[in-house]
Amino acid sequence: MNRKQTDLAKRLVLNLFIIALALGMLYPILWLLGASFKPSNRIFTEVSIWPSVATLDNYREGWRGIGIVGFDTFFKNSFVICILSALANAIFCSLTAFAFARLKFKGKNLWFALMMITLMLPSHVTTIPRYIMFRRMGWINTFLPIVVPKFFATDAFFIFLLVQFIRGLPRDIDESATIDGCSKFGIYTRIIMPLTVPALITTLLFSFLWTWDDFFNQLLYLTSPNKYTVPMGLRLFLDSSGMSSWGPMFAMSVLSLIPAFILFFSLQKYFVRGIATTGIKG
Amino acid sequence: MNLSKKRRLQENLGSYMFLVPWLIGFFLLTLYPMGYSLYLSFTRFNIRTPPQWIGLNNYLVMFKGTETLSRDERFLNSMWVTFRFVFISVPVKLVFALVVAMLMNKKLRLIGLYRALYYIPTLLGGSVAIAVLWRRLFASDGLLNMILHTIFGLTNLPAWISNPTYALYTLILLAVWQFGSPMIIFLAGLQQIPREYYEASAVDGAGPIRQFFAITLPSLSPIIFFNFVMQMISAFQSFTQAFIVSGGSGGPLDSTMFYSLYLYIKGFGFSEMGYASAMAWVLLIIIAVLTAISFKSSGTLVSYGSGE
Repeated sequence: MNRKQTDLAKRLVLNLFIIALALGMLYPILWLLGASFKPSNRIFTEVSIWPSVATLDNYREGWRGIGIVGFDTFFKNSFVICILSALANAIFCSLTAFAFARLKFKGKNLWFALMMITLMLPSHVTTIPRYIMFRRMGWINTFLPIVVPKFFATDAFFIFLLVQFIRGLPRDIDESATIDGCSKFGIYTRIIMPLTVPALITTLLFSFLWTWDDFFNQLLYLTSPNKYTVPMGLRLFLDSSGMSSWGPMFAMSVLSLIPAFILFFSLQKYFVRGIATTGIKG
Repeated sequence: MNLSKKRRLQENLGSYMFLVPWLIGFFLLTLYPMGYSLYLSFTRFNIRTPPQWIGLNNYLVMFKGTETLSRDERFLNSMWVTFRFVFISVPVKLVFALVVAMLMNKKLRLIGLYRALYYIPTLLGGSVAIAVLWRRLFASDGLLNMILHTIFGLTNLPAWISNPTYALYTLILLAVWQFGSPMIIFLAGLQQIPREYYEASAVDGAGPIRQFFAITLPSLSPIIFFNFVMQMISAFQSFTQAFIVSGGSGGPLDSTMFYSLYLYIKGFGFSEMGYASAMAWVLLIIIAVLTAISFKSSGTLVSYGSGE
Protein backbone atom coordinates (compact mmCIF):
# COMPACT_ATOMS: atom_id res chain seq x y z
CA MET A 1 0.00 0.00 0.00
CA ASN A 2 1.24 3.45 -0.77
CA ARG A 3 0.86 6.45 1.48
CA LYS A 4 -2.30 7.69 -0.14
CA GLN A 5 -4.04 4.40 0.48
CA THR A 6 -3.06 4.17 4.14
CA ASP A 7 -4.25 7.71 4.55
CA LEU A 8 -7.58 6.80 3.04
CA ALA A 9 -7.87 3.73 5.26
CA LYS A 10 -7.11 5.82 8.33
CA ARG A 11 -9.81 8.27 7.39
CA LEU A 12 -12.31 5.50 6.86
CA VAL A 13 -11.59 4.01 10.28
CA LEU A 14 -11.87 7.41 11.90
CA ASN A 15 -15.20 8.11 10.21
CA LEU A 16 -16.56 4.72 11.19
CA PHE A 17 -15.44 5.19 14.77
CA ILE A 18 -17.09 8.61 15.03
CA ILE A 19 -20.33 7.29 13.54
CA ALA A 20 -20.38 4.22 15.79
CA LEU A 21 -19.82 6.32 18.90
CA ALA A 22 -22.53 8.77 17.84
CA LEU A 23 -24.99 5.95 17.22
CA GLY A 24 -24.23 4.46 20.62
CA MET A 25 -24.89 7.80 22.26
CA LEU A 26 -28.04 8.51 20.33
CA TYR A 27 -29.42 4.99 20.70
CA PRO A 28 -31.68 5.89 23.68
CA ILE A 29 -33.23 8.78 21.75
CA LEU A 30 -33.71 6.66 18.64
CA TRP A 31 -35.20 3.89 20.75
CA LEU A 32 -37.61 6.43 22.26
CA LEU A 33 -38.63 7.51 18.79
CA GLY A 34 -39.19 3.90 17.72
CA ALA A 35 -41.01 3.01 20.93
CA SER A 36 -43.48 5.83 20.42
CA PHE A 37 -44.78 3.95 17.36
CA LYS A 38 -44.89 0.52 18.97
CA PRO A 39 -48.06 -0.94 20.45
CA SER A 40 -47.90 -0.68 24.25
CA ASN A 41 -47.50 -4.42 24.81
CA ARG A 42 -44.37 -4.53 22.64
CA ILE A 43 -42.51 -1.50 24.00
CA PHE A 44 -40.78 -3.35 26.79
CA THR A 45 -40.02 -6.48 24.88
CA GLU A 46 -38.30 -4.96 21.84
CA VAL A 47 -34.69 -3.86 21.96
CA SER A 48 -34.66 -2.85 18.34
CA ILE A 49 -35.27 0.71 17.31
CA TRP A 50 -37.43 -0.16 14.36
CA PRO A 51 -40.99 -1.12 15.40
CA SER A 52 -42.01 -4.54 14.09
CA VAL A 53 -45.60 -3.31 14.11
CA ALA A 54 -46.13 0.44 13.76
CA THR A 55 -49.13 2.33 15.04
CA LEU A 56 -50.18 5.91 15.69
CA ASP A 57 -52.39 4.93 18.63
CA ASN A 58 -49.90 6.27 21.17
CA TYR A 59 -49.99 9.70 19.58
CA ARG A 60 -53.76 9.71 19.36
CA GLU A 61 -54.21 8.64 22.95
CA GLY A 62 -51.43 10.87 24.29
CA TRP A 63 -52.76 13.95 22.55
CA ARG A 64 -56.07 13.48 24.38
CA GLY A 65 -54.08 14.08 27.56
CA ILE A 66 -55.19 13.47 31.11
CA GLY A 67 -58.69 14.06 32.40
CA ILE A 68 -60.25 16.97 30.57
CA VAL A 69 -57.02 18.71 29.57
CA GLY A 70 -55.45 17.68 26.28
CA PHE A 71 -51.86 18.00 25.20
CA ASP A 72 -52.83 20.80 22.83
CA THR A 73 -53.40 22.96 25.93
CA PHE A 74 -49.97 22.08 27.32
CA PHE A 75 -48.32 22.95 24.02
CA LYS A 76 -50.23 26.20 23.72
CA ASN A 77 -49.21 27.20 27.26
CA SER A 78 -45.58 26.31 26.65
CA PHE A 79 -45.48 28.30 23.44
CA VAL A 80 -47.10 31.36 25.01
CA ILE A 81 -44.66 31.35 27.93
CA CYS A 82 -41.60 30.68 25.80
CA ILE A 83 -42.36 33.20 23.06
CA LEU A 84 -43.12 35.99 25.53
CA SER A 85 -40.00 35.16 27.53
CA ALA A 86 -37.79 35.06 24.47
CA LEU A 87 -39.06 38.40 23.15
CA ALA A 88 -38.79 40.08 26.54
CA ASN A 89 -35.24 38.81 26.98
CA ALA A 90 -34.21 39.97 23.53
CA ILE A 91 -35.62 43.48 24.02
CA PHE A 92 -34.69 44.23 27.60
CA CYS A 93 -31.37 42.44 27.77
CA SER A 94 -30.22 44.21 24.62
CA LEU A 95 -31.34 47.58 25.99
CA THR A 96 -29.27 46.91 29.10
CA ALA A 97 -26.34 45.56 27.12
CA PHE A 98 -26.33 48.67 24.93
CA ALA A 99 -26.02 50.86 28.02
CA PHE A 100 -23.15 48.80 29.41
CA ALA A 101 -21.29 48.45 26.15
CA ARG A 102 -21.71 51.90 24.61
CA LEU A 103 -22.95 54.60 26.98
CA LYS A 104 -20.94 56.62 29.46
CA PHE A 105 -22.40 57.20 32.88
CA LYS A 106 -21.39 57.45 36.49
CA GLY A 107 -21.22 54.18 38.40
CA LYS A 108 -21.12 52.05 35.25
CA ASN A 109 -18.31 49.81 36.45
CA LEU A 110 -20.05 49.12 39.72
CA TRP A 111 -23.34 48.21 38.05
CA PHE A 112 -21.55 46.05 35.53
CA ALA A 113 -19.70 44.18 38.28
CA LEU A 114 -22.98 43.62 40.13
CA MET A 115 -24.59 42.33 36.95
CA MET A 116 -21.72 39.89 36.49
CA ILE A 117 -22.12 38.66 40.06
CA THR A 118 -25.81 37.92 39.49
CA LEU A 119 -24.64 35.72 36.63
CA MET A 120 -22.95 33.34 39.08
CA LEU A 121 -25.66 33.53 41.74
CA PRO A 122 -27.55 30.32 42.45
CA SER A 123 -31.19 31.15 41.82
CA HIS A 124 -32.18 29.47 45.09
CA VAL A 125 -31.41 32.57 47.15
CA THR A 126 -34.18 34.47 45.41
CA THR A 127 -36.65 31.62 44.90
CA ILE A 128 -38.51 31.75 48.20
CA PRO A 129 -38.90 35.54 48.55
CA ARG A 130 -40.00 35.76 44.92
CA TYR A 131 -42.54 33.04 45.56
CA ILE A 132 -43.87 34.92 48.58
CA MET A 133 -44.01 38.16 46.59
CA PHE A 134 -45.82 36.63 43.63
CA ARG A 135 -48.20 34.80 45.94
CA ARG A 136 -49.12 38.04 47.66
CA MET A 137 -49.80 39.60 44.27
CA GLY A 138 -52.14 36.74 43.41
CA TRP A 139 -49.91 35.51 40.61
CA ILE A 140 -49.85 31.83 41.58
CA ASN A 141 -51.23 29.64 38.81
CA THR A 142 -50.61 32.33 36.18
CA PHE A 143 -47.76 32.69 33.67
CA LEU A 144 -46.73 36.01 35.20
CA PRO A 145 -44.10 34.77 37.71
CA ILE A 146 -42.30 33.02 34.86
CA VAL A 147 -42.62 35.71 32.21
CA VAL A 148 -42.56 39.06 34.04
CA PRO A 149 -39.00 38.79 35.45
CA LYS A 150 -37.76 38.62 31.86
CA PHE A 151 -39.14 42.11 31.26
CA PHE A 152 -36.64 43.32 33.84
CA ALA A 153 -33.58 41.76 32.22
CA THR A 154 -33.00 39.32 35.06
CA ASP A 155 -31.26 36.79 32.81
CA ALA A 156 -27.79 38.27 33.12
CA PHE A 157 -26.38 35.61 30.83
CA PHE A 158 -27.97 37.28 27.82
CA ILE A 159 -26.86 40.76 28.88
CA PHE A 160 -23.31 39.44 29.01
CA LEU A 161 -23.64 37.74 25.64
CA LEU A 162 -24.95 40.93 24.01
CA VAL A 163 -22.38 43.18 25.73
CA GLN A 164 -19.63 40.99 24.33
CA PHE A 165 -21.15 41.21 20.89
CA ILE A 166 -21.74 44.97 20.91
CA ARG A 167 -18.19 45.59 22.13
CA GLY A 168 -16.97 43.83 19.02
CA LEU A 169 -18.76 46.27 16.70
CA PRO A 170 -16.75 49.17 15.27
CA ARG A 171 -17.33 52.36 17.22
CA ASP A 172 -16.94 54.86 14.41
CA ILE A 173 -20.45 54.31 13.06
CA ASP A 174 -22.24 55.34 16.21
CA GLU A 175 -19.69 58.08 16.89
CA SER A 176 -20.37 59.71 13.55
CA ALA A 177 -24.10 59.28 14.13
CA THR A 178 -23.73 61.12 17.45
CA ILE A 179 -21.98 63.98 15.68
CA ASP A 180 -24.83 64.06 13.17
CA GLY A 181 -27.15 64.67 16.11
CA CYS A 182 -28.61 61.21 16.46
CA SER A 183 -30.08 60.59 19.92
CA LYS A 184 -28.98 57.68 22.09
CA PHE A 185 -32.22 55.90 21.46
CA GLY A 186 -31.80 56.51 17.75
CA ILE A 187 -28.32 54.99 17.85
CA TYR A 188 -29.72 51.99 19.66
CA THR A 189 -32.68 51.36 17.38
CA ARG A 190 -31.15 52.42 14.07
CA ILE A 191 -27.54 51.29 14.37
CA ILE A 192 -26.86 48.86 17.20
CA MET A 193 -30.07 46.84 17.03
CA PRO A 194 -29.74 45.94 13.33
CA LEU A 195 -26.06 45.08 13.76
CA THR A 196 -26.70 42.79 16.72
CA VAL A 197 -29.29 40.68 14.93
CA PRO A 198 -27.13 37.52 15.07
CA ALA A 199 -26.67 37.86 18.83
CA LEU A 200 -30.35 38.64 19.23
CA ILE A 201 -31.24 35.44 17.41
CA THR A 202 -28.94 33.54 19.78
CA THR A 203 -30.74 35.21 22.68
CA LEU A 204 -34.19 34.36 21.33
CA LEU A 205 -33.13 30.79 20.68
CA PHE A 206 -31.61 30.06 24.07
CA SER A 207 -34.30 31.86 26.04
CA PHE A 208 -36.95 29.88 24.22
CA LEU A 209 -35.26 26.54 24.86
CA TRP A 210 -34.31 27.22 28.47
CA THR A 211 -37.79 28.47 29.30
CA TRP A 212 -39.24 25.37 27.61
CA ASP A 213 -37.16 23.18 29.94
CA ASP A 214 -37.43 25.40 33.02
CA PHE A 215 -39.28 22.75 34.94
CA PHE A 216 -38.54 24.13 38.40
CA ASN A 217 -40.42 27.41 37.99
CA GLN A 218 -43.29 25.75 36.18
CA LEU A 219 -43.59 23.24 38.99
CA LEU A 220 -43.58 26.04 41.52
CA TYR A 221 -46.08 28.41 39.95
CA LEU A 222 -48.44 26.41 37.75
CA THR A 223 -50.89 24.54 39.90
CA SER A 224 -53.87 23.55 37.76
CA PRO A 225 -53.69 21.30 34.70
CA ASN A 226 -55.24 23.88 32.37
CA LYS A 227 -52.20 26.10 33.03
CA TYR A 228 -49.67 23.26 32.70
CA THR A 229 -46.84 23.36 30.21
CA VAL A 230 -45.52 20.42 28.19
CA PRO A 231 -42.97 19.27 30.83
CA MET A 232 -45.65 19.50 33.50
CA GLY A 233 -48.03 17.56 31.28
CA LEU A 234 -45.44 14.81 30.90
CA ARG A 235 -44.98 14.68 34.63
CA LEU A 236 -48.73 14.42 35.11
CA PHE A 237 -48.66 11.42 32.80
CA LEU A 238 -45.84 9.88 34.75
CA ASP A 239 -47.59 10.21 38.07
CA SER A 240 -50.97 8.95 37.02
CA SER A 241 -49.74 6.21 34.75
CA GLY A 242 -49.72 2.51 35.07
CA MET A 243 -47.66 0.40 32.71
CA SER A 244 -50.22 0.80 29.95
CA SER A 245 -49.67 4.50 29.37
CA TRP A 246 -45.96 4.37 28.60
CA GLY A 247 -46.73 4.37 24.89
CA PRO A 248 -48.68 7.66 24.92
CA MET A 249 -46.10 9.04 27.35
CA PHE A 250 -43.28 8.28 24.90
CA ALA A 251 -45.27 9.70 22.01
CA MET A 252 -45.77 12.99 23.84
CA SER A 253 -42.12 12.99 24.91
CA VAL A 254 -41.12 12.80 21.27
CA LEU A 255 -43.43 15.70 20.41
CA SER A 256 -42.01 17.74 23.30
CA LEU A 257 -38.50 17.43 21.85
CA ILE A 258 -39.45 18.53 18.34
CA PRO A 259 -39.29 22.33 18.85
CA ALA A 260 -35.72 22.09 20.18
CA PHE A 261 -34.81 19.87 17.27
CA ILE A 262 -36.21 22.19 14.63
CA LEU A 263 -34.63 25.27 16.18
CA PHE A 264 -31.27 23.54 16.48
CA PHE A 265 -31.04 22.32 12.92
CA SER A 266 -32.35 25.50 11.35
CA LEU A 267 -30.26 27.90 13.45
CA GLN A 268 -27.17 25.85 14.20
CA LYS A 269 -24.57 28.56 13.74
CA TYR A 270 -26.28 30.77 16.32
CA PHE A 271 -26.04 27.93 18.78
CA VAL A 272 -22.32 27.64 18.39
CA ARG A 273 -21.93 31.39 18.86
CA GLY A 274 -23.99 31.35 22.01
CA ILE A 275 -21.98 28.57 23.57
CA ALA A 276 -18.57 29.63 22.33
CA THR A 277 -18.78 33.26 23.41
CA THR A 278 -19.89 32.59 26.92
CA GLY A 279 -20.02 28.92 27.67
CA ILE A 280 -22.32 29.22 30.60
CA LYS A 281 -24.92 26.62 31.53
CA GLY A 282 -25.69 23.28 30.02
CA MET B 1 -19.00 75.53 34.56
CA ASN B 2 -22.55 75.23 35.76
CA LEU B 3 -23.69 74.58 32.26
CA SER B 4 -21.29 71.69 31.70
CA LYS B 5 -22.31 70.23 35.03
CA LYS B 6 -25.91 70.35 33.95
CA ARG B 7 -25.02 68.77 30.67
CA ARG B 8 -23.18 65.96 32.35
CA LEU B 9 -26.17 65.34 34.59
CA GLN B 10 -28.41 65.20 31.57
CA GLU B 11 -25.99 62.88 29.85
CA ASN B 12 -25.99 60.57 32.87
CA LEU B 13 -29.76 60.63 33.16
CA GLY B 14 -30.14 59.88 29.47
CA SER B 15 -27.90 56.84 29.86
CA TYR B 16 -29.62 55.64 32.98
CA MET B 17 -32.94 55.56 31.13
CA PHE B 18 -31.64 52.51 29.30
CA LEU B 19 -30.75 50.85 32.54
CA VAL B 20 -34.11 51.38 34.23
CA PRO B 21 -35.65 47.95 33.49
CA TRP B 22 -32.52 46.16 34.65
CA LEU B 23 -32.18 48.35 37.75
CA ILE B 24 -35.78 47.65 38.76
CA GLY B 25 -35.18 43.94 38.22
CA PHE B 26 -31.91 44.04 40.10
CA PHE B 27 -33.35 45.72 43.18
CA LEU B 28 -36.84 44.18 43.21
CA LEU B 29 -36.18 40.68 41.91
CA THR B 30 -32.59 40.03 42.99
CA LEU B 31 -31.24 42.25 45.76
CA TYR B 32 -34.38 42.59 47.85
CA PRO B 33 -35.21 38.85 47.62
CA MET B 34 -31.63 38.04 48.59
CA GLY B 35 -31.84 40.24 51.67
CA TYR B 36 -35.25 38.87 52.52
CA SER B 37 -34.14 35.25 52.22
CA LEU B 38 -31.15 36.02 54.42
CA TYR B 39 -33.56 37.38 57.02
CA LEU B 40 -35.88 34.39 56.61
CA SER B 41 -32.95 32.05 57.14
CA PHE B 42 -32.91 33.19 60.78
CA THR B 43 -36.62 32.53 61.25
CA ARG B 44 -39.19 29.81 61.36
CA PHE B 45 -41.66 30.56 58.62
CA ASN B 46 -44.47 28.53 57.08
CA ILE B 47 -45.83 31.31 54.78
CA ARG B 48 -49.26 31.37 56.52
CA THR B 49 -48.15 32.94 59.80
CA PRO B 50 -45.55 35.70 60.18
CA PRO B 51 -41.89 34.64 60.42
CA GLN B 52 -40.61 33.94 63.90
CA TRP B 53 -37.02 34.86 64.78
CA ILE B 54 -35.02 31.83 65.91
CA GLY B 55 -31.49 33.12 65.43
CA LEU B 56 -29.00 30.61 64.13
CA ASN B 57 -31.22 27.61 64.81
CA ASN B 58 -31.75 26.66 61.16
CA TYR B 59 -28.02 26.61 60.55
CA LEU B 60 -27.38 24.72 63.78
CA VAL B 61 -29.89 22.07 62.85
CA MET B 62 -28.11 21.52 59.55
CA PHE B 63 -24.67 20.93 60.96
CA LYS B 64 -24.87 20.29 64.69
CA GLY B 65 -28.38 20.08 66.12
CA THR B 66 -29.79 22.15 68.97
CA GLU B 67 -30.95 21.30 72.50
CA THR B 68 -34.41 20.46 71.25
CA LEU B 69 -33.73 19.34 67.70
CA SER B 70 -31.30 16.73 66.50
CA ARG B 71 -29.02 17.23 63.56
CA ASP B 72 -30.69 17.00 60.16
CA GLU B 73 -29.06 13.88 58.74
CA ARG B 74 -31.11 14.15 55.56
CA PHE B 75 -29.56 17.54 54.91
CA LEU B 76 -26.03 16.23 55.37
CA ASN B 77 -26.88 13.28 53.16
CA SER B 78 -28.18 15.61 50.43
CA MET B 79 -24.94 17.54 50.64
CA TRP B 80 -22.92 14.33 50.33
CA VAL B 81 -25.02 13.13 47.39
CA THR B 82 -24.63 16.47 45.63
CA PHE B 83 -20.86 16.65 46.19
CA ARG B 84 -20.45 13.16 44.79
CA PHE B 85 -22.62 14.05 41.84
CA VAL B 86 -20.70 17.26 41.11
CA PHE B 87 -17.17 15.97 41.60
CA ILE B 88 -17.69 12.77 39.66
CA SER B 89 -19.86 14.04 36.83
CA VAL B 90 -17.99 17.27 36.06
CA PRO B 91 -14.45 15.85 35.63
CA VAL B 92 -15.70 12.81 33.69
CA LYS B 93 -17.81 15.05 31.50
CA LEU B 94 -14.87 17.36 30.78
CA VAL B 95 -12.52 14.51 29.91
CA PHE B 96 -15.10 13.07 27.57
CA ALA B 97 -15.82 16.51 26.06
CA LEU B 98 -12.10 17.04 25.41
CA VAL B 99 -11.66 13.63 23.77
CA VAL B 100 -14.64 14.19 21.50
CA ALA B 101 -13.54 17.77 20.76
CA MET B 102 -10.20 16.40 19.54
CA LEU B 103 -12.04 13.97 17.26
CA MET B 104 -14.20 16.82 16.02
CA ASN B 105 -11.11 18.87 15.23
CA LYS B 106 -10.13 16.51 12.42
CA LYS B 107 -10.59 17.64 8.86
CA LEU B 108 -13.32 15.33 7.57
CA ARG B 109 -15.93 16.00 4.97
CA LEU B 110 -18.88 15.25 7.25
CA ILE B 111 -17.45 16.99 10.31
CA GLY B 112 -20.28 19.54 10.45
CA LEU B 113 -22.84 16.77 10.67
CA TYR B 114 -20.80 14.90 13.31
CA ARG B 115 -20.54 17.99 15.50
CA ALA B 116 -24.31 18.43 15.31
CA LEU B 117 -24.94 14.78 16.20
CA TYR B 118 -22.69 14.96 19.24
CA TYR B 119 -24.51 18.03 20.45
CA ILE B 120 -27.96 16.41 20.38
CA PRO B 121 -27.79 14.85 23.87
CA THR B 122 -27.03 18.30 25.30
CA LEU B 123 -29.81 19.87 23.29
CA LEU B 124 -32.40 17.46 24.63
CA GLY B 125 -30.89 16.17 27.87
CA GLY B 126 -32.25 18.84 30.19
CA SER B 127 -35.84 18.05 29.35
CA VAL B 128 -38.42 16.18 31.35
CA ALA B 129 -38.90 13.89 28.34
CA ILE B 130 -35.33 12.59 28.53
CA ALA B 131 -35.51 12.22 32.30
CA VAL B 132 -38.63 10.12 31.84
CA LEU B 133 -36.81 8.07 29.22
CA TRP B 134 -33.88 7.58 31.60
CA ARG B 135 -36.24 6.24 34.18
CA ARG B 136 -37.35 3.62 31.69
CA LEU B 137 -33.87 2.82 30.43
CA PHE B 138 -32.61 1.86 33.85
CA ALA B 139 -35.72 0.31 35.35
CA SER B 140 -35.62 -3.36 36.36
CA ASP B 141 -37.45 -4.24 33.14
CA GLY B 142 -35.95 -1.31 31.25
CA LEU B 143 -34.00 -1.14 28.03
CA LEU B 144 -30.55 -1.68 29.54
CA ASN B 145 -31.54 -4.86 31.32
CA MET B 146 -33.42 -5.99 28.24
CA ILE B 147 -30.23 -5.64 26.23
CA LEU B 148 -28.08 -7.29 28.89
CA HIS B 149 -30.56 -10.13 29.12
CA THR B 150 -31.49 -10.83 25.51
CA ILE B 151 -28.11 -10.13 23.94
CA PHE B 152 -25.65 -11.08 26.65
CA GLY B 153 -27.84 -13.60 28.47
CA LEU B 154 -27.26 -12.05 31.89
CA THR B 155 -29.77 -12.66 34.66
CA ASN B 156 -30.27 -11.33 38.18
CA LEU B 157 -29.74 -7.79 36.99
CA PRO B 158 -30.18 -4.90 39.41
CA ALA B 159 -33.04 -2.42 39.04
CA TRP B 160 -30.58 0.41 38.54
CA ILE B 161 -32.92 3.29 39.22
CA SER B 162 -34.52 1.82 42.32
CA ASN B 163 -31.28 0.52 43.78
CA PRO B 164 -29.64 2.97 46.23
CA THR B 165 -26.16 1.84 45.18
CA TYR B 166 -26.64 2.63 41.50
CA ALA B 167 -29.37 5.28 41.29
CA LEU B 168 -26.99 8.23 41.61
CA TYR B 169 -24.74 6.82 38.90
CA THR B 170 -27.59 6.78 36.41
CA LEU B 171 -27.94 10.52 37.03
CA ILE B 172 -24.18 11.02 36.71
CA LEU B 173 -24.32 9.18 33.40
CA LEU B 174 -27.15 11.44 32.28
CA ALA B 175 -25.06 14.50 33.17
CA VAL B 176 -21.93 13.20 31.42
CA TRP B 177 -24.00 12.35 28.37
CA GLN B 178 -24.69 16.08 27.99
CA PHE B 179 -21.09 16.99 27.24
CA GLY B 180 -21.91 19.18 24.21
CA SER B 181 -21.32 22.67 25.57
CA PRO B 182 -17.81 22.07 26.95
CA MET B 183 -17.06 20.12 23.77
CA ILE B 184 -17.86 23.15 21.61
CA ILE B 185 -15.81 25.43 23.83
CA PHE B 186 -12.86 23.01 23.74
CA LEU B 187 -13.17 22.80 19.99
CA ALA B 188 -12.98 26.59 19.70
CA GLY B 189 -9.88 26.44 21.92
CA LEU B 190 -8.23 23.70 19.90
CA GLN B 191 -8.67 25.72 16.74
CA GLN B 192 -6.75 28.59 18.36
CA ILE B 193 -3.58 26.55 18.93
CA PRO B 194 -1.09 27.46 16.18
CA ARG B 195 -0.29 24.56 13.85
CA GLU B 196 3.41 25.43 13.96
CA TYR B 197 3.61 24.19 17.55
CA TYR B 198 2.72 20.70 16.43
CA GLU B 199 4.87 20.85 13.31
CA ALA B 200 7.92 22.04 15.24
CA SER B 201 7.52 19.41 17.93
CA ALA B 202 7.05 16.70 15.29
CA VAL B 203 10.38 17.72 13.79
CA ASP B 204 11.87 17.29 17.26
CA GLY B 205 10.46 13.77 17.30
CA ALA B 206 7.51 14.21 19.65
CA GLY B 207 4.70 11.68 19.22
CA PRO B 208 0.98 12.42 19.56
CA ILE B 209 0.87 11.56 23.27
CA ARG B 210 3.84 13.77 24.05
CA GLN B 211 2.26 16.53 21.96
CA PHE B 212 -0.98 16.21 23.86
CA PHE B 213 0.69 16.72 27.22
CA ALA B 214 3.24 19.28 26.08
CA ILE B 215 1.12 21.43 23.77
CA THR B 216 -2.61 20.70 23.78
CA LEU B 217 -3.21 20.42 27.49
CA PRO B 218 -1.22 23.52 28.55
CA SER B 219 -2.73 25.61 25.75
CA LEU B 220 -6.23 24.60 26.77
CA SER B 221 -5.73 24.96 30.52
CA PRO B 222 -7.53 28.33 30.81
CA ILE B 223 -10.49 26.86 28.94
CA ILE B 224 -10.49 23.68 30.99
CA PHE B 225 -10.52 25.80 34.10
CA PHE B 226 -13.34 27.99 32.80
CA ASN B 227 -15.40 24.95 31.84
CA PHE B 228 -14.77 23.36 35.21
CA VAL B 229 -15.99 26.36 37.19
CA MET B 230 -19.08 26.86 35.03
CA GLN B 231 -20.05 23.19 35.00
CA MET B 232 -19.50 22.96 38.74
CA ILE B 233 -21.76 25.93 39.46
CA SER B 234 -24.58 24.56 37.34
CA ALA B 235 -24.14 20.97 38.57
CA PHE B 236 -24.64 22.09 42.16
CA GLN B 237 -28.04 23.43 41.16
CA SER B 238 -29.29 20.35 39.29
CA PHE B 239 -32.91 19.64 40.00
CA THR B 240 -35.15 18.45 37.17
CA GLN B 241 -33.42 15.16 36.40
CA ALA B 242 -33.30 13.98 40.00
CA PHE B 243 -36.87 15.11 40.55
CA ILE B 244 -38.26 13.19 37.59
CA VAL B 245 -36.10 10.10 37.89
CA SER B 246 -36.91 9.67 41.57
CA GLY B 247 -40.56 10.69 41.14
CA GLY B 248 -39.98 13.78 43.30
CA SER B 249 -38.83 11.81 46.32
CA GLY B 250 -35.04 11.83 46.02
CA GLY B 251 -35.21 8.10 46.58
CA PRO B 252 -34.49 5.24 46.81
CA LEU B 253 -33.37 5.83 50.40
CA ASP B 254 -32.48 9.46 49.61
CA SER B 255 -29.72 8.26 47.29
CA THR B 256 -30.65 10.83 44.63
CA MET B 257 -31.63 13.56 47.08
CA PHE B 258 -29.88 16.47 45.41
CA TYR B 259 -29.41 19.63 47.41
CA SER B 260 -31.93 21.57 45.29
CA LEU B 261 -34.44 18.79 45.58
CA TYR B 262 -34.18 18.70 49.36
CA LEU B 263 -34.48 22.49 49.44
CA TYR B 264 -37.64 22.24 47.35
CA ILE B 265 -39.10 19.50 49.52
CA LYS B 266 -38.33 21.41 52.71
CA GLY B 267 -39.59 24.77 51.45
CA PHE B 268 -42.58 23.77 49.40
CA GLY B 269 -43.39 20.27 50.63
CA PHE B 270 -43.07 20.86 54.36
CA SER B 271 -43.53 24.67 54.19
CA GLU B 272 -40.33 25.17 56.17
CA MET B 273 -39.42 28.30 54.26
CA GLY B 274 -37.01 29.63 56.86
CA TYR B 275 -35.02 26.43 56.75
CA ALA B 276 -35.10 26.32 52.96
CA SER B 277 -33.82 29.92 52.85
CA ALA B 278 -30.96 28.97 55.14
CA MET B 279 -30.18 26.09 52.80
CA ALA B 280 -30.13 28.51 49.85
CA TRP B 281 -27.59 30.67 51.64
CA VAL B 282 -25.42 27.70 52.53
CA LEU B 283 -25.45 26.72 48.86
CA LEU B 284 -24.49 30.26 47.86
CA ILE B 285 -21.56 30.16 50.28
CA ILE B 286 -20.42 26.72 49.12
CA ILE B 287 -20.45 27.82 45.48
CA ALA B 288 -18.70 31.11 46.28
CA VAL B 289 -15.97 29.34 48.29
CA LEU B 290 -15.40 26.64 45.69
CA THR B 291 -15.26 29.24 42.91
CA ALA B 292 -12.77 31.29 44.92
CA ILE B 293 -10.63 28.20 45.57
CA SER B 294 -10.71 27.35 41.87
CA PHE B 295 -9.59 30.85 40.94
CA LYS B 296 -6.82 30.77 43.55
CA SER B 297 -5.48 27.44 42.42
CA SER B 298 -5.76 28.45 38.77
CA GLY B 299 -2.68 30.61 39.28
CA THR B 300 -0.49 27.52 39.54
CA LEU B 301 -2.45 25.10 37.35
CA VAL B 302 -3.37 27.29 34.43
CA SER B 303 -0.83 28.64 31.99
CA TYR B 304 -1.76 31.78 30.13
CA GLY B 305 0.26 31.95 26.94
CA SER B 306 2.21 35.03 25.97
CA GLY B 307 -0.44 35.89 23.40
CA GLU B 308 -3.05 36.73 26.00
